[in-house]
Amino acid sequence: MFNFLNTYFPKGIQNALIQIWGLAEFTERYFKEIFKPPYEIKELIRQFFQIGNKSLGLVGVTGFIIGFVLALQAIPTLQPFGATALIPAMISISIIREIGPVITGLICAGKIGSGIGAELGSMKVTEQIDAMEVSACNPFKFLVVTRITATTLMIPLLIIYADTIALIGGYIALSIVSDMSISLYFSQIFDTLTFEDIIPATVKTFFFGFTIGLVGSYKGYTADRGTESVGIAANTSVVVSSLMVIIWDMLAVQLTNILF
Amino acid sequence: MDNSEIVIDIEHLKKSFGKTEILKDINLQVERGETVVTLGKSGTGKSVTLKCIVGLIYPDSGKVNVLGKDIPELTYEELQYIRKKIGFVFQSAALYDSMSVRENIEFPLDRNSDLDKNGITKRVEEVLSDVGLSDSIDKMPSELSGGMRKRLGVARTIALKPEIMLWDEPTTGLDPATAREISNLIVDMQKKYKVSSIVVTHDMICAKIVADRIVVLKDGTYANSGTYDELVKSDDEFVRSFFE
Repeated sequence: MFNFLNTYFPKGIQNALIQIWGLAEFTERYFKEIFKPPYEIKELIRQFFQIGNKSLGLVGVTGFIIGFVLALQAIPTLQPFGATALIPAMISISIIREIGPVITGLICAGKIGSGIGAELGSMKVTEQIDAMEVSACNPFKFLVVTRITATTLMIPLLIIYADTIALIGGYIALSIVSDMSISLYFSQIFDTLTFEDIIPATVKTFFFGFTIGLVGSYKGYTADRGTESVGIAANTSVVVSSLMVIIWDMLAVQLTNILF
Repeated sequence: MDNSEIVIDIEHLKKSFGKTEILKDINLQVERGETVVTLGKSGTGKSVTLKCIVGLIYPDSGKVNVLGKDIPELTYEELQYIRKKIGFVFQSAALYDSMSVRENIEFPLDRNSDLDKNGITKRVEEVLSDVGLSDSIDKMPSELSGGMRKRLGVARTIALKPEIMLWDEPTTGLDPATAREISNLIVDMQKKYKVSSIVVTHDMICAKIVADRIVVLKDGTYANSGTYDELVKSDDEFVRSFFE
């Protein structure tokens, strides 16, 4: 295959195709290994904690600021038209459908993706992954399957958490300029939101999580020897998974428009 | 010698990286209970040979037979099974730096032995006692000295009671006293567990202490072979250069 690539494609495209091929093989191996015992439950729970609990602060603050700023931006635009009552609906649709998942996905790509890439890259460089391999402990199952599973399940929860905090941030901003009660604010939000808003927005977050775990693990696990490669693994994990989050989002919007 | 007593049988092994031919024609047999030391200049493929034996690197051609199994022909599950019988001590020790000393040893035992929790605890304590690290059981690898890290690497490897041990430069970077201590540890492990070993080293004191036989790697092939006393008197200038 590589001879074929050498003949027909320039170096940059060759590298991109090799990376895509590698990611596809990695994905295939993940789905083969995840159902095979023994299951690394203890490590999986540790990863849930590392990925989920340790990201709550950053994701919460970001979510709050998103909601707060969105409301602050909307108020001067809608208030002159007497449309302040529409702000909860506008904020909720914007946050739940688009801004919450994408911004939180990008934050997670930066924090979690780079962390996984750097950790596994460092383990590769210091031969810890080889040491697991030669002692007949499947490092892919222990290191990769647990991390991808944890990101796939935890990042959607983090996004739901960030969305909730963002809606609260929106209310706080709104309460500065209006006397709308919190119960009215949330009843307007729930009146506005439909399953067509919530379901596609939630489903795509599983893809965000899977991609962030997959890319970080792949970049770290396949890092070259040398300390420089740890930095490269962390950096490319962020770049590729951020790009993938945006591509997934674009596909999800297109698909949602077609289906609903 | 009965063929069944040969635990490692390498024939016409070749391995290149890009256009650089590292191993050109490697032939080596290791008998059960024997310790073979590999000498050679840096970058000549000594570690690559060890990694071919344990299936971390696949050869371009040639036979690598370990305990009666052709390593390059095995499936991943078969390879994992054979790896349980092979111990590999890395030059850098390759300790799991997020785990304590105890957890480093428990990790392979948990996954590859039939021992229950008490059995694993006893085995961990036994191997740490073998390498003189009983007092460091709850320390982290970052709290250990270079020699202690090497000994922990050995303890983690012998915990599974392997039939074959592969030692990649076990004394590199250590002071002479600690290097001698590690060399004596290799002999002790050989006596206690009756393992067959290949030791890659540049350290002639280590070679003298541990070797039943020494092979010298030159230009991608084993050029000379013999006991320490035979090779020290060799007429070959390249071989003699290791002993001077």
